[in-house]
Amino acid sequence: MSGRPNIGGIRSAFAPWEDPAKAPLVQYEAVSKAFGDTPAVRDVSLSIYEGEFFALLGPSGCGKTTLMRLLAGFEQPDAGRVLLGGRDIAGDPPHRRPVHMMFQSYALFPHLSVAQNIAFGLKRQGAARAEIDARVEEMLALVRLEGLGRRRPDQLSGGQRQRVALARALAPRPRILLLDEPMAALDKKLREETRFELMSLQQSLGMTFLIVTHDQDEAMVVADRIAVMREGAIVQVGRPAEVYEAPADRYVAGFIGDVNLFEGRVAASGDGRVRLLSPEGAFEAEGAGPVGETAWIAVRPEKVAVHTEAPAGGVNVLEGAILDYGYLGDWTTYLVEVAPGGRTLRAARANATRTVERPLGCGDRVWLSFAPSSAVVLTR
Amino acid sequence: MRRRGLAALLPILWLAIFFAFPFLLVARLSLSDSALAMPPYTPQIDWGQGLAGLSAFLAALDGETYARLAQDRLYLDAWLSSLRIAGTAAALLLLVGYPIAYGMARCPSRVRQVLVMAVILPFWTSFLIRIYAWIAILKPAGLLNAALGAVGLPRIDILNTEAAVLLGLVYAYLPFMVLPLYAVLDRQDDSLIEAAEDLGCTSMQAFWRVTFPLSLPGAAAGALLCFIPMAGEFVIPDLLGGSETLMLGRVIWTEFFANRDWPAASAVAIVLLATLVIPILLWERQQAKVLR
Repeated sequence: MSGRPNIGGIRSAFAPWEDPAKAPLVQYEAVSKAFGDTPAVRDVSLSIYEGEFFALLGPSGCGKTTLMRLLAGFEQPDAGRVLLGGRDIAGDPPHRRPVHMMFQSYALFPHLSVAQNIAFGLKRQGAARAEIDARVEEMLALVRLEGLGRRRPDQLSGGQRQRVALARALAPRPRILLLDEPMAALDKKLREETRFELMSLQQSLGMTFLIVTHDQDEAMVVADRIAVMREGAIVQVGRPAEVYEAPADRYVAGFIGDVNLFEGRVAASGDGRVRLLSPEGAFEAEGAGPVGETAWIAVRPEKVAVHTEAPAGGVNVLEGAILDYGYLGDWTTYLVEVAPGGRTLRAARANATRTVERPLGCGDRVWLSFAPSSAVVLTR
Repeated sequence: MRRRGLAALLPILWLAIFFAFPFLLVARLSLSDSALAMPPYTPQIDWGQGLAGLSAFLAALDGETYARLAQDRLYLDAWLSSLRIAGTAAALLLLVGYPIAYGMARCPSRVRQVLVMAVILPFWTSFLIRIYAWIAILKPAGLLNAALGAVGLPRIDILNTEAAVLLGLVYAYLPFMVLPLYAVLDRQDDSLIEAAEDLGCTSMQAFWRVTFPLSLPGAAAGALLCFIPMAGEFVIPDLLGGSETLMLGRVIWTEFFANRDWPAASAVAIVLLATLVIPILLWERQQAKVLR
């Protein structure tokens, strides 16, 4: 990774996966699992490190939940091994694994109070009464539900129930906390607040979190690393910025964020630059590709500049007309038709000021450009 | 609003004609003078005198029949015995019905539908025939003793005993216990069990700490659904219980058809309603409030 440019920003120096001396907390070794004839997980190998916030990201049915349930013990692998702290936990039933899960439905026990729900795992561990009470209070304070210990789950709001589920899974101090779509049932605003709460919680506790989500924004915000899954297999593992700025293939590029793709033939490759000949023209991007073969250049909408006059010189310029645009408040997204009857590209512009002298509208003639360093070449 | 009023009219009319009116007739009979005769029983309303006739009628009603019930030990014994038999049968039904309902709820959904059908299936044959069939099974030279004899076991004679009544009650009322229990167990979210196991429960502990307490409303509903009609049951104790099994249903029958004492029969029916059904329904309402 040292030869690569610094992608995105780096939140902290935390990167145990780059340290060969560090042993992973969780290891999936060539794990496969099928339900009947339907394969759910195919030959997955993955390492998750102590203290990491790791996200399994993919569309529904991609096997991410099955991968998590293999670690919780609700499923057994057909092939391969699942190791926790270096030990194969294949035969261990769920109740003997020091791994706790926060369920998508929260699965709070409706006949027990909030405090009894949180104490449930502690009681099974055989903790002393006073210790349990103290831990329950601590957990209630942690998720800001002080004083609600005697309520029943159905007397709580959705957001409060979610926090009870979190506290219940955290209370017995699992070695890794599994979160199955933890925010899927919350409304958008609450979901965004909860993301940051979850992150700061994980950082302050220093615990290992594994989250399963189909929401790319969620994975990008909370996770140290993301594994993008497709049809039971892992397509790419990396920091959010790596996955976004250096996607492994067109699937990852398209699944995370918007992308403009140009398909063409590699005309030249060298010095970290690729020149691609496509029906839309010749483009240059960073990377390397096999000369003469088919490849794609991918560029994100926000890296495409919109000009009202032809930019002087330079590469990667396209002329077109605005077909449509969407004003999102913070951003405006333009759909630009680059050749008559041809394809449309997306460009996004931050609305840095409140007023624009002459706003762009439908039918306006514009020029699009992007820097070779803002685009990547994909060979898959 | 008007539409809703109209929609409510039909059940109200139905209840008025087929429940409230007959109930008032029975209540009135229970307060009439006992006489070993066919109706009409005194007092009668003399409509010719208008309201005065009505008040004269009301004044003439008395609780004399109820006083007689209180004096005769037979009625108290029958009441206690009904309570005991129905209570025992309800407990047995829970023991037998719970595993059946639990097993059904754990089956794959296609099998489940078949099993629900199988539970309901006996209703398609006559109730009387099914109870008569038990006589053929239990009688001294019946199927049961033939089977026991064939494998060299001692014969058992339980026909015309309370054991046979309990057997018949459990057999006949099983669907009413299984279906509400099944409904509750089937609705239960599987992730609750997974959460319990995830937090350290073995599957046995998960059952006792989560599945079972959450199924109690279904168990209560099933037990009440069975207990109330069982306490007043007539056919099963009459056919399988012989003369020694004393239950209120049989007492009512005897008063009506053998003794021809309609006021006494009506009074027993009212007592059954007032001392079993109404307290139970009130208790159930209270429970429902607590649960909510």
